[in-house]
Amino acid sequence: MILWFTVVQLVVAVAAGLLCLIMGFAGKRPNDWTVGSLALIELLLIVQTVMAIVSPFAGNPALGDPLEYGVYLVSAVLLPIGGAIWALLERSRWSTVIMGVVALALAVMIWRMQVIWVTPIGG
Amino acid sequence: MSTARPSTPSDSAPQPEGSSVAPARPRMRGVGRVLVIVYAVMALGATGRSFVQIARAFDQAPLAYSLSAASAVVYIVATLALIGSGRPGWYRVAWVAIVFELVGVLVVGTLSLTHPALFQHQTVWSQYGLGYVLIPLFLPMVGLWWLITHRPSRTAPAVADAPAPSDGSAA
Repeated sequence: MILWFTVVQLVVAVAAGLLCLIMGFAGKRPNDWTVGSLALIELLLIVQTVMAIVSPFAGNPALGDPLEYGVYLVSAVLLPIGGAIWALLERSRWSTVIMGVVALALAVMIWRMQVIWVTPIGG
Repeated sequence: MSTARPSTPSDSAPQPEGSSVAPARPRMRGVGRVLVIVYAVMALGATGRSFVQIARAFDQAPLAYSLSAASAVVYIVATLALIGSGRPGWYRVAWVAIVFELVGVLVVGTLSLTHPALFQHQTVWSQYGLGYVLIPLFLPMVGLWWLITHRPSRTAPAVADAPAPSDGSAA
């Protein structure tokens, strides 16, 4: 992982989480902004996946456990899809709240992935 | 005395497919769905972590990692049971799973403090879920609250604030 890109993902995920939570508790139903923010997180995660595959060949290998990293990454890529499906089964304020919860969970996962990438095993 | 209220449970029918069609007992509605997604995220995280721990180093801490696996199973079962909790069967399963979860986080949390040697490696429930911002501690409490306030009743919609059955049916 590359730190500045991780920071970008974190900012987007946290911002999306706050946006969705605030709009959800304010009674707003899912709209292009809220759903789009989740889609943006997913897009960045897909880019991240490509980077994670390419990075070791470019001199940036994962220092931590690649299995742990991979499990986090796969979980993170799947979560917005599952979360959006679950959220959009109905169109209520709680759908928006659900997306906010998912976005914040993704922020945590992205942060954990960064830590795993740069922390040598046993460190 | 005959009343206008029908005695037959016509709006929240106990028919089998009430979970997806009957408007009076939707599959899962409102705040409950937020609860489900939180449980789902916990299930995802616990399963992933448990999988990695067991694959990598089960011998190092078999007790802790077994508890990790158990917690993952509990979260998965709780998630699925909550989704189906409009029906009495799944409702009971949800109760069992969430009580198990609460007992688990309290017991493991306490043991991880009194017998830290057993828990050199982190699990979801260590230190009462401190590694997860205490979400594992509060989540089962919220879950039980939700189950208590949303009993699947046969004569009323899923949100039950008065479990009194319909009366006055002229016999």
